Amino acid sequence: MDWSQSLRLIAPEETITVAGLVLLLVAAWGGDKASRLISIVSVATLVAAMALVAPALCGGAMGPETSAFFGQFRADAFASYAKILIYGSAAVTLVLAPSYFERYDSMRAEFPLLVLFATVGMGMMVSAADLLTLYIGLEMMSLSSYVLAAILRSDGRSAEAGLKYFVLGALASGILLFGMSLTYGFAGTTSFAGINASVSEGLSNGALFGIVFMLAGLAFKISAVPFHMWTPDVYEGAPTPVTTFFATAPKVAGLGLIMRVLLDAFGEQAAAWQQIILFVALASIVVGALGAIGQSNIKRLMAYSSINNVGFILVGLATATQAGASGMLIYVTIYVAMSIAGFTAILMLKDENGNYVEDIPKLAGLSRTRPGLALALATVMFSLAGIPPLFGFWGKFVVFQAAVQADMLALAFIGIAASVIGAFYYLKVVKVMYFDEPADVVKGESDIWHKLILVVACAFISPLGYLLTSWLGETANTATTALFAAL
Amino acid sequence: MIGVEHYVVVSSILFVLGVLGIFLNRKNVIIVLMAIELILLAVNINLVAFSAFLGDLTGQIFAMFVLTVAAGEAAVGLAILVIYFRGRGTIAVDDVNRMKG
Repeated sequence: MDWSQSLRLIAPEETITVAGLVLLLVAAWGGDKASRLISIVSVATLVAAMALVAPALCGGAMGPETSAFFGQFRADAFASYAKILIYGSAAVTLVLAPSYFERYDSMRAEFPLLVLFATVGMGMMVSAADLLTLYIGLEMMSLSSYVLAAILRSDGRSAEAGLKYFVLGALASGILLFGMSLTYGFAGTTSFAGINASVSEGLSNGALFGIVFMLAGLAFKISAVPFHMWTPDVYEGAPTPVTTFFATAPKVAGLGLIMRVLLDAFGEQAAAWQQIILFVALASIVVGALGAIGQSNIKRLMAYSSINNVGFILVGLATATQAGASGMLIYVTIYVAMSIAGFTAILMLKDENGNYVEDIPKLAGLSRTRPGLALALATVMFSLAGIPPLFGFWGKFVVFQAAVQADMLALAFIGIAASVIGAFYYLKVVKVMYFDEPADVVKGESDIWHKLILVVACAFISPLGYLLTSWLGETANTATTALFAAL
Repeated sequence: MIGVEHYVVVSSILFVLGVLGIFLNRKNVIIVLMAIELILLAVNINLVAFSAFLGDLTGQIFAMFVLTVAAGEAAVGLAILVIYFRGRGTIAVDDVNRMKG
């Protein structure tokens, strides 16, 4: 393993880092006037990075030749799958953001840069093959995210969201780090392969504590119960394009990282962490479904919906099988599309003065005043609820199929029952839009990019998405084969 | 003879103090930042103690990275605190409650 090969393997990270640093200078020189140029170049960079990671996914890259920097970093098909989702969500965020921030006259040149740096961190998280890479990637993502949450300085809610996210996020990082230090002490190494070798004979109490602390920290990053309390506040307070970003890319990165840690590093000791994941998954499904019922702010509703969906995704992990892992990747792909469609639709809800409408009661009768937008929101809501024939159903189907194959019938039954509770609040939004007297609040015009993204994302989660099932399934299988071959 | 377990006990106590500092303190967000630093330093004690015990340098390198990240984290945290204070005129933990539910 020589340096030139390592540097070739991290080409997408290098591209984004170099572009981010150069654009930082442009931002310093040009100020906020340069923000449009910086956004365009950032989106182009992310698309280029997607092109750079695609070959590894198509070729099913795995094994020792994907390992860079003496086993610190792994650029295999699994990492590429997650990175394509991450880069894609970041690019969508950057396209959605300008019109929102221009409304508040605060489109800052730093915004695209922070998204780029967070994206580099997330790429490192899903490629991590060592606790040190994991930590640096995670912190790079988190530190950028704290600032992104608070970036709308004129809005008190944004600053409060940033503060809450920072305090709880730093606590979660500390807990994760404590777990990593215990794992290092008891396994004697920080590399995932070394940890796997050392725990294969048996798990010492210290290493068990290490897993528990690490899982607590990671559960926070993907907003799984019992570490979900920050999610509704941060989703509500952060500017909507930032919320779009939080609901998509960091979720993919966090789930990819959890899969790497549990299935690679602790894959031999699945019995030790399966119960924890089982509890977290069921608790997230139930708390997400019950918490959403009383909400009247649509961004808070989406926050509880994301907690609920993370629970369903973790059902796949609780099986600890390759079928479960593939199901997670398929679900997370569909979830990203649903979130993008949902938040794009929320960004298009504006009143006559151009203010953003977030109250659900104000959407009353949207189907008569804005039939297209109401149809898009209804598609998202039905899809999030997992009602066939929409594509959201397929994600739930594959994870529950994996749970049934792994003989976890009780888990599948409780999960399906709780998804019925969840359907209640999704249907409530549809009822308000279609059957209530028109409130006639939503009137503002949206730009063409929002419409384009909404149409593409809605087409993906509509029944048309089923045309992609075999391709998506094969790609997810290639990715998880690489994940399980990484040991 | 002081063994590695003594260091782990000290670092665990510091870690718990840090976590309690975040949850029990109702007065000032600055104290929360100090508690976060305490957690990270507790981890560093752990890492360095294990590193010396195992005769493996990785832990000490890890501790260096943790120190660097802690500095960045404090900078970001204080910056967010400053814009929060500008908007609200207070940094009492009990007043951070514009959003609920």
